[in-house]
Amino acid sequence: MILAKVVGNVVATQKNQRYENARVMLCQQITPEGEETAYTVLALDSVDSGVGDTVLIVQEGWSASTSATGKPQAAIDSAIVGVVDYVDLLKDE
Amino acid sequence: MQLARVIGTVVSTVKNEALEGRKLLVVQSLNKNLEPSGKPLVAIDAIGAGVGELVFWCRGKEASFPFKREDTPTDCTIIGIVDSEAHVTNGG
Repeated sequence: MILAKVVGNVVATQKNQRYENARVMLCQQITPEGEETAYTVLALDSVDSGVGDTVLIVQEGWSASTSATGKPQAAIDSAIVGVVDYVDLLKDE
Repeated sequence: MQLARVIGTVVSTVKNEALEGRKLLVVQSLNKNLEPSGKPLVAIDAIGAGVGELVFWCRGKEASFPFKREDTPTDCTIIGIVDSEAHVTNGG
């Protein structure tokens, strides 16, 4: 799973029917220290996340599909599965 | 599967219900010389690993298999703890 910050969402009227009622969030990957990286990704929300939240994104089709839509075999490769409270890192010695 | 060092923990209250009770750890993948390679990832622990330990993890759908609930949504699971750095043999 990757850490990311939710920076927005995407509205699409014309979309795959399995995406009905789904929220497609625009996310920017971050490092555990909180710095944004160059990688931007769209992910379906399954935990009611919002803009500004730090989230966990699973990037594996079966897990993403079942967590976001309740069923496998949807054309989904990324889903938000958790909202991060904080990250505790080992201090450099 | 890749070697990694556990460098931190992640705390998440609101999460997918299949992740309830699971330990989330930040792992930094390592190359054959045990130097960091690539960006850190968040992994679910299936073996009892802790911060600072040398571990290996599995990617993909297979990452869900160690859990009794095979619907556990994960793409990165820690499946082994390496005994020590000396137990990684690199080219003899």
